[in-house]
Parts: sequence; C-alpha cells; structure tokens
Amino acid sequence: MLEIKDLTTKYFQGGKTATATRGVSLTLAKGSATALVGESGSGKSTVAMSVMRMIRPPIGDIVDGEIVVNGRNVTGASKKEMREILRTDIGFVPQDPTTALDPLFTVRSQIAECMTSTPRAARDDAIVELLDSLGIVDPRARLREHPHQFSGGMRQRVAIAVALAKNPQLLIADEPTTALDVTTQLSILRLLDQLRRERELTTLFITHDIRVARLVCQQVAVMYGGVMVERGPMDLVTARPSHPYTQALFSANALDVAPRQRLRAIPGTPPSLTAMPAGCPFAPRCDNATATCREEMPPATTTEDGVTFSCWNPVTA
Amino acid sequence: MTEFTHVDPGPSSPGRRMKLFRGGRPRGTRRPWFSGTVLGLFAACGLLGGVIAPHDPTDVNLAIDLEPPVWAGGTLSYPLGTDQLGRDVLSRLLSGAQVSFLVAVGAVVIAGAIGLVIALLAGFLGGKLDDVLMRISDASMAFPVVLLAIVIVASQGKSLTVVVLVLVLAAWPQYARVLRSEVIRIRTQDFVTMAQVMGGSRWWTITRHVVPNVIPTLLVLATLQVGLAIIAEGSLSFLGIGVPQPQASWGNMLSDGRTFLATAWWLPVLPGVALSVTVLAANLMGDWLRNALDPATRR
Repeated sequence: MLEIKDLTTKYFQGGKTATATRGVSLTLAKGSATALVGESGSGKSTVAMSVMRMIRPPIGDIVDGEIVVNGRNVTGASKKEMREILRTDIGFVPQDPTTALDPLFTVRSQIAECMTSTPRAARDDAIVELLDSLGIVDPRARLREHPHQFSGGMRQRVAIAVALAKNPQLLIADEPTTALDVTTQLSILRLLDQLRRERELTTLFITHDIRVARLVCQQVAVMYGGVMVERGPMDLVTARPSHPYTQALFSANALDVAPRQRLRAIPGTPPSLTAMPAGCPFAPRCDNATATCREEMPPATTTEDGVTFSCWNPVTA
Repeated sequence: MTEFTHVDPGPSSPGRRMKLFRGGRPRGTRRPWFSGTVLGLFAACGLLGGVIAPHDPTDVNLAIDLEPPVWAGGTLSYPLGTDQLGRDVLSRLLSGAQVSFLVAVGAVVIAGAIGLVIALLAGFLGGKLDDVLMRISDASMAFPVVLLAIVIVASQGKSLTVVVLVLVLAAWPQYARVLRSEVIRIRTQDFVTMAQVMGGSRWWTITRHVVPNVIPTLLVLATLQVGLAIIAEGSLSFLGIGVPQPQASWGNMLSDGRTFLATAWWLPVLPGVALSVTVLAANLMGDWLRNALDPATRR
C-alpha cells in the first residue's frame, strides 16, 4: 500500500543543508497501522511530509529514494499528478486541532471542499453521515457552525472528517492526539482504530508516545537522527528491542516503572541535522558503541520474526 | 450537545447578558452608526460634491469677503461663511471632500492592492524573492515622503494624480510588511497544509484560504490608512506641493485659513473639523470591521 525505499530528504536553509532523513525504508500493508516513533527532530514528520511531497524547493527536497502510494509512484510524479494522488488517495490529520480548520469557513464548506467525487446535491447528507460516524452529536445542526464553536476534541474529529471526505486509501496522522487531554485522546485513538478496521484504511501514525502507539498500531518503526533504527511487529519490538536506542526510548517512556521509582533518561542530546556523524547517529549516546559504530553506518538486518534493525551491536544478539 | 462553547443562556437570563455586555451586544458588534453616517456623508460629498454645492467653489467675489457663518451673524446664502476672497466655504468644503475622497480611496485601494500582492509573493513563495521585496520596501519606507513629493512635483507638476502617486509610493511598504507577516502566520497553520494535502494547487490555496484570512487585517489597515491619506493630502496641500490652487481641498483651506485664526476662525476651523471627524470615523469603522469580520466575535 505504502512503500518507502531508501528515502533521503534534505532541508535547505541559508546555504546549509540539513539531512532530515537518511535511507529510510518502510512498508505498510493495506489496512495496517504503523506507528512512526521518535523524538523531536528525528525525522518522523519529514517522512510524512515527503510522502505527501510537501517538501519542495526552496524549503528542501527528496534527494534520493522512492515512495509508492497505492501503486502510484510519488517521487517521480509531476506536480499535477501529485495533486491528483493527494486528491484521491491520501488523508492527513495534523497535530493541532486549533489551526487545522480555516476559522472563516463553516464546517460544512470545509468538508465539502474535499468531496470532489460526490455530487453536489448529495454532499450535505454525506457530510452528516461522516460526522455522525465520527461521533459528533446532532451533526446536521452543526453543519453551518464555524470551527471556534467546537471544542478541541470535536475540532479534531472535524479535521479527521476533512481527511476522510475524499475516501482516502492512506491516512497520515501527525501526532493527532498530542494537543488533546487524556480522555479525549483515548476516544480519538479508538476512533482511528475503528476507522482502520471498518474502511481498511492504511494508517501511518506519527507519535513520540509509545503508549499511544501501542493502542492503535500493530507495526512500529523507530527513528533516530533521520535514520530508521528499528522496525517490526509492535509486540515483538516492545517486548524485545534489538536496537539500544529503542530499548532506551521504551524505558524512558516508563512503560513498567513502579511509582516513586527514578525515571530513566537517555544521556546526551540528539545530533544536529547539519552535522550528522558518519556512522550510527546514536553512537555518541550509546553504551555499547564501538569504533565501528562511530565510523560506519550499520546495515539493516532482518530477523526471522520480521524485525529489521540497523545496529552493529544489537542488545538481543 | 455537551460542548462548552455552545452554552446558550436561553431567554430566561437576559439580565446576565446585559451585565456581561453593556448595551445588550458585545463590544464591536453594535452597529457603527456614527462612523457609518460620517463616512456615508463623506462618500456622498466625494461623489456628488460639485453637484450639490450651492455656489461655484472657485468663484471669487471680494464684495462679500470674510463673511461669518450663519450662526455667527452671517447670511443663509453663505451658511458657513466666506473666505478672504469671498468664496463660499460650504461649497469649498464639499469640493474639498471630493478631492480628499478621491485621494483617500485611490491611494488606499492602489497601495493596498500592491501591498497585498507583494505580501503574498514574499510571504508565500519566500526565499530570495522575499529578501529582495522586503529590502525594496525597507528602502521605500526609509525615504522621506515630503522629499519624494517635492521631487515628483518638480518633475511632473502639481496634480491630483501626483498626490495619489506619492501617497501610494509612501504607503505600499506598510501594507506589504504587515500583510507579509500575516501571510507567513497563516501559511504555517495546519489548514493551509490540509488545503494542499487535499490536492489544491498553490493558486487555489492562496485565493481560497490565505487571501480571505488576510482580508480582515487588510481592511483594518486600509481604514487607518484612509485617515492617514486624508491627513497626508492635507499636509502636502498645506506645504503647497499637493492639490493645485484654486481647486479646494481641506489641506489647501487649512493652509490658506491659518493666518485668519484670530479674525475669521471659521476658515481654518471648519476644514479642520471636517478632516478630524472623517479620520476619526474611518478609524472607528476599522475597529468595528475587525470584529465584524471575525466569525468568533460576529454573534
């Protein structure tokens, strides 16, 4: 459904280039949900933006690799072809529901904008049905309301409605619950899970919170410093991480820390994207790092269980 | 319907509403009676000034010079008195309104349009183009308006077109700067990303989502600039590099009348009052528009 091969994306800023992703590969089967996990600046949003071809000069560009969405090559597409792919195949849910909707237009007109395939007369009913399925009470009465009349969680549902209005094959959600309170988070997560099952909607779920990711995703992909360090089935990777960074990230997330225990943090800070080390980006912060780690990029290794990781000294080996 | 934003106090609690919003309506949604009336009159005079004037505003008659207004002992045929050349002040004010209106509308519309286009180019496309356009606007902002006016008047002569041209050259960078930052703020909002992800072209995104969101700022800025343009026309005419004599303009009238402040107060005061009231009305209208155009404060 979604196939990313050796994606390298760079940002250009004032003569300097920042390598946001290096040789990232990821495959999403139809109807599956994959969590793309990493800290800020790890390149996870860049992967999403690259899939939608939102990174173009002068901001940045995809310098290497290939992305295929629903059998259509995105990296080689012209701007016009890309717009066509975006119009039909890809839905996007942004992080902040307060800016996701245009404050000047009614909810109805913003959803109708994306319903290009539905005839005009049937759009109102289609919107009501869509909003109803997303858990908005009395949707017909709310069609002519403006975004400011909705609460944060409801706005995020409307934003999801905008993303789903074109009936996409792929849904990209960029930290869709980060700006919401915990109870609202849970209902939005349930909603996303339900949508995936009912509509066979392939979901790429970007988050920095592994606990959130575990609720909705069967696959997980961990990024660090623009590199895909480990990916595989969620339960396998969380139970037995191979890459030291994955291990450190999960323990920092306090999945199983008892109350009043000291939380573990990863010493050091992520590398600067403008001055990336030649070898493994995690080497400066890694306990197991050797000279090889600092000089040479580890190749991707795939285990029998289907876990792929890039490390010279994996924790599980 | 349990949304917090949707609490309706219902008809049973009008008292609470009255307390929250004095006058029964939230501030800014009261109809702008004062500014609407003044600006309406101003526009009417601007369009019909020559037609409704009781006398020819340039008709000199030294036999009736310096007649006071009707309430200060003058006659009804010259209700606002006459100036030192016996010209009817009311007719000159009406004719001057026409000049001010043309200058204000012309300068604001042209400068606003230029500023908006530059702001969209600079803010949305960014990069080197942004740098170049903003440095040009910095340079034009740093250039003194009066000096610019003198240079243009020296080469082109005095005319209404020159006044508008000078004001446009002086005002466009302000629109461009303010609107550019608005465009950048809006461009980084998620709904613009969403518009592009829904397959919208850049042009569609700009016209459908960026421009409408910039318009309220543009309108508020424009109403402020209406006031500034009227004052600037007055200043240029006052300095003698604005609207050529004997054509009446509020600035000309102020300039001619200033030496009569002690003996014939109506000559400087009346155009001054007309100018101040119009500028005040334009500014109040801008305030009102800002609230009226924002869906969150509209009702």
